[in-house]
Amino acid sequence: MSAVTMERPVTTNRALLSFFDSLVVARRNLMQIVRIPAVLVFELVQPVMFVLLFRYVFADNILIKDPEIIALGGYVVFLMPGIIVQNAIFGATTTAIGIAEDLKSGLVDRFRSLPMARSAMLAGRATSDLIKNFILLLVVIGIGYLVGFSFQNGLLGALAMIVLVMAVSFTFSWVMAAIALSVKKLEAVQAAAFTGIFPLVFISSALVPIAGMAEWLQVIARNNPITHWANLARYFAIGEFSTMGGSPEQLILWSALWILGLLAIFMPLSIRLYSKLT
Amino acid sequence: MPSVLGPDYSLPPMEEAIIRTDGLKKSFGEVQAVKGVDLFVEQGAVFGLLGPNGAGKTTTIRILTTLLEPDEGSATVAGFDVVKDAVRLRPVIGLAGQSAAVDENLTGLENLEMVGRLYHLPPAVARRRAMDVLERFDLAEAAHRTAKTYSGGMRRRLDVGASLVGQPSVLFMDEPTTGLDPRSRLVLWELIRDLQREGTTVLLCTQYLEEADHLCDRISVIDLGTVIAEGTSEELKEKIGGEVLELHVAAEDLPRAAETVRGLGTGDPAPDEETRLIRIPVGSEGPRVLLETVRRLDDSGITIDDIALHKPTLDDVFLSLTGHAAEVALEESGEAPPVAEKKRRRRDR
Repeated sequence: MSAVTMERPVTTNRALLSFFDSLVVARRNLMQIVRIPAVLVFELVQPVMFVLLFRYVFADNILIKDPEIIALGGYVVFLMPGIIVQNAIFGATTTAIGIAEDLKSGLVDRFRSLPMARSAMLAGRATSDLIKNFILLLVVIGIGYLVGFSFQNGLLGALAMIVLVMAVSFTFSWVMAAIALSVKKLEAVQAAAFTGIFPLVFISSALVPIAGMAEWLQVIARNNPITHWANLARYFAIGEFSTMGGSPEQLILWSALWILGLLAIFMPLSIRLYSKLT
Repeated sequence: MPSVLGPDYSLPPMEEAIIRTDGLKKSFGEVQAVKGVDLFVEQGAVFGLLGPNGAGKTTTIRILTTLLEPDEGSATVAGFDVVKDAVRLRPVIGLAGQSAAVDENLTGLENLEMVGRLYHLPPAVARRRAMDVLERFDLAEAAHRTAKTYSGGMRRRLDVGASLVGQPSVLFMDEPTTGLDPRSRLVLWELIRDLQREGTTVLLCTQYLEEADHLCDRISVIDLGTVIAEGTSEELKEKIGGEVLELHVAAEDLPRAAETVRGLGTGDPAPDEETRLIRIPVGSEGPRVLLETVRRLDDSGITIDDIALHKPTLDDVFLSLTGHAAEVALEESGEAPPVAEKKRRRRDR
């Protein structure tokens, strides 16, 4: 059997191999940014546009009248942590698009016929998108500073917000992976991803205070995980504020439960969908 | 105990067959793509799966490469069950699928290195193998260019190359030459023969009889999800009666010409008034019959408008085995079992 080699594999530890496989895939995905930096620029357009639109269209409009928000330092201070959470979730849609593209090009078939771990293609994609979203996050924070935002709860608070936002982004990458592997067709994946996310983000405290919403919308908004994450991000960024909806400890607990719960559902679901692709 | 994930382990003792399927069945919703495929491929063979689009070739290959689980039946490759032992099977197979599955943003070298790493080769080994494969596929000069800049032929070669980085003992190729220019096709054929000399077993799907004829030791003809004939290319051609001499003459000469060439071929000449065509089955005696036909008609003063030896094609195989044409041209749009099969079934009724 000439074809079977006697070269040692890197390791035979299953968990380590899965980890290495994911890194190989993540590296491959990131090469796209290296080779076509324009992709990153285009991906920046949307979050930056959202920041500027909300900052300038909404701020000088109705909400400026809310004394709570004025006390915080203006709408931009209220807005930035929320819009950063929104961007982290929107940014995760690239996971769905990337997977749909790989399905289309046949690369998923190649990966599935290789001895690599079943989780590696998805974990690699979630990891590379996490890194990409981190870069976007830094740029958006920079833009925020240019238009009047600043962290007011110390360096630790700022770091905690970044960790929270990245955890949210990573979690949604797995939700997006499940969507992509169920819907499969590129255009449909794009549509499905955004249709799901838009109402979720808007019916939350990410962009406006919940108190201004209709009664029935408030019920949804209060139980929306994005509300917990936006409020916690806001707390980490600027300290306590009146519409927090709970103590910092409660916010941390709810936020963590939602993140872990979603991961516990969507990670195994995505890996299963990937293994059972036809 | 062999390692489960690394390429470092020995194959289990082989029986006679390196690929064996028993009653393989797979449906997609209402459509039965594969309805009982039995294959038996000897180690070291180049084995052809010949059939039109929608015949079930790709589905069969996807089952054998662990991409799909069969609904019924079983299959073993290199001694491993494709469902139960999939994890141990994957290190020893390679797949060159229908689309050139390469990452456009990576260079040729990076593409192959990545695949090597995913076969769990150490970085240095992955790199060396990648370079070797690029040399071999005449891609060394393009090694550091992104695959985006490659021509169709180069991409396909890179794709086939990727399937070899892990040095598989069994290589699956799904229509590797579809869409290639004639030169690239010849290069690929030469490579497949080289691989065979090195001991690799190759299972090749194709819709070209010529390709199967050139490369394959044995061929299974597959249609509507079942194997309808199996044998060497010679055996298959015998089954469909070998070559045919086609002769065009003026309408008024037709009966006389047919009489003149009677007895030359392996069967009676069949004149067709409408097309002014006489078909003479010639078996493997083509050139001799052709020469003699020209000589006799010339002696009788009959002008030949056109004369040609017609080698059996996939269409002839299908016509003779199934009574319907392969419809290669109609279904060029890609292997789409649902539509293609429904269409054909309806017509058969």
